[in-house]
Amino acid sequence: MDDMDISPENPAPPLAPEPAENTGNAKGTTRIGDRIFLGLSRGSGVLLLAIMAAIAVFLTVRAASAISKDHGNFLTTFEWNANADQPVFGIAVLAFGTVVSSLIAMLIAVPVAIGIALFITHYAPRRLAAPLSYVIDLLAAVPSIVYGLWGALFLVPHLTGLYTWLDSYFGWTGVLAYHGGAARSLFTIGILLAIMILPIVTSVSREVFRQVPRMHEEAALALGATRWEVIRMSVLPFGRSGVISASMLGLGRALGETMAVATVLSPSFLISRSLLDPGGGTFAQNIASSFKESGDLGKDALIASGLVLFVLTLLVNGAARLIIARRKEYTA
Amino acid sequence: MAKRIDVSGLSAYYGSHKAIDDISMTVEPRSVTAFIGPSGCGKSTFLRTLNRMHEVTPGGRVEGKVLLDEENLYGTGVDPVSVRRVVGMVFQRPNPFPTMSIYDNVAAGIRLNGGRVRKSELDGIVEKSLKGANLWNEVKDRLDKPGAGLSGGQQQRLCIARAIAVEPQVLLMDEPCSALDPISTLAIEDLIGELKERFTIVIVTHNMQQAARVSDRTAFFNLAGVGQPGKLIEIDDTERIFSNPSVQATEDYISGRFG
Ligand SMILES: Nc1ncnc2c1ncn2[C@@H]1O[C@H](COP(=O)(O)OP(=O)(O)OP(=O)(O)O)[C@@H](O)[C@H]1O
Ligand SMILES: [Mg+2]
Repeated sequence: MDDMDISPENPAPPLAPEPAENTGNAKGTTRIGDRIFLGLSRGSGVLLLAIMAAIAVFLTVRAASAISKDHGNFLTTFEWNANADQPVFGIAVLAFGTVVSSLIAMLIAVPVAIGIALFITHYAPRRLAAPLSYVIDLLAAVPSIVYGLWGALFLVPHLTGLYTWLDSYFGWTGVLAYHGGAARSLFTIGILLAIMILPIVTSVSREVFRQVPRMHEEAALALGATRWEVIRMSVLPFGRSGVISASMLGLGRALGETMAVATVLSPSFLISRSLLDPGGGTFAQNIASSFKESGDLGKDALIASGLVLFVLTLLVNGAARLIIARRKEYTA
Repeated sequence: MAKRIDVSGLSAYYGSHKAIDDISMTVEPRSVTAFIGPSGCGKSTFLRTLNRMHEVTPGGRVEGKVLLDEENLYGTGVDPVSVRRVVGMVFQRPNPFPTMSIYDNVAAGIRLNGGRVRKSELDGIVEKSLKGANLWNEVKDRLDKPGAGLSGGQQQRLCIARAIAVEPQVLLMDEPCSALDPISTLAIEDLIGELKERFTIVIVTHNMQQAARVSDRTAFFNLAGVGQPGKLIEIDDTERIFSNPSVQATEDYISGRFG
């Protein structure tokens, strides 16, 4: 939504510098550029709004028509069969899979990213910090299909050891019970997504930690704080809202990740008791996997599921903004 | 609790740039010593060598000795963290921890130093420190509000309360009033007069009247030229420095006949 800054309320500054007292009456050459720019920016603002409205209308109409033809409950059905004579499809499994795999990814990635960002900004010698930052940023440039291939060919076979270990300690919970077979589960997806969102969360957190004012850190140092205590007293409180934004960026990516998930997961319309069981699905993965063999109704049904994903992402973003705004009064 | 500071042959560097050269002086316990001198002559740098804060600046390096009573702060095996716990510091710009309440700001040092302290004991220390900083009456009803919500002068007194809460031996102040209005400045000057009964105080100031009002001893620093390290020109009783200094440069500086 940041594109909206190019709006009529925020016209660009005059193209040529102009004495302040002349702005009232001058209609000379300098104003022409000004007016062209105003027209352009207003035009693009309106155009952007129009395109967005058109997309929204298109998607909503198609989604609504699909849902009205659904013979099951769109929210609670554990099935995706939009091509049948009696089409039945529901997003319960997709919503569960999307949320759970993204949450696992967050639980792993956010602490690791904060750790790496703190290491780079506050512990590593400069010789090490620069290359390390570079490598992390490079990870963000790897295409997601490459992560998918790596996940399917390397991660899946190598995770069975971890699965067995988890099962022997936490198998009794049921949630982490392992019943054999390939590790193509939501848990593996969570790990893969964690690796994929690690770079963005790390680099945003790193920039936030780097901006902690020197005087806040010195306040702690002068009281006799150790390096870790400086981080706890000055760096983390200052960086909190930034880290929340960073995490939300990562979460947004995890929720919408398509190719990597589609490559690794063995999809099914079931919710297993154990996160380590293969199966499940996510919104984006389901769209990618079933789009080709879908008929017209099937495509509309996928659009409806995509809209739900969009709403989910919006809600996450809104929640993050709320948290940040709530904290702002404290950190200002 | 106050201790004597004995500095000998102290030089400080920023990378290869020597900022202060070969400074020696003695600071008596329970006294106020003022550092004066033109901008850039190394007052802040020297002050920060007294609690080993200089070395947290990238490239910061120190040569020489600082004895606190008998112990060399720069001796081998001395932990800078423990030095800073006995030599407190107040900065030019008030810097309370922005996310902490007034109470937590004052308690911050104790929670670091002592680890676990009983709540009732901590309440006592916080009250005593805020009273010591002449801030108690203004904030006693809103101890749980953020420290950043106070006025500049109140914030600076909050920082003083935070520094004295851990009962340091020495209190260093780098232009503590330069961001404050005259009334807050007076409040802090009065406070310094009270604090010197308990602490050894060193204060950097650009305000001659302030140095004359609050200090017992005054040290004048100067530099020979641009790019040259700053040096201690003389240190003497404040009265003498302001009436009859032994070096001509001091008199020129104090009377304003100086670049
Ligand atoms: N972080 C730094 N990195 C490099 N050089 C520095 C740094 N801080 C100070 N210096 C240099 O050290 C010298 C002494 O600076 P210092 O801040 O100690 O002066 P000062 O006497 O406190 O000046 P002022 O009265 O303006 O505060 C100056 O030449 C300054 O340029
Ligand atoms: Mg200074």
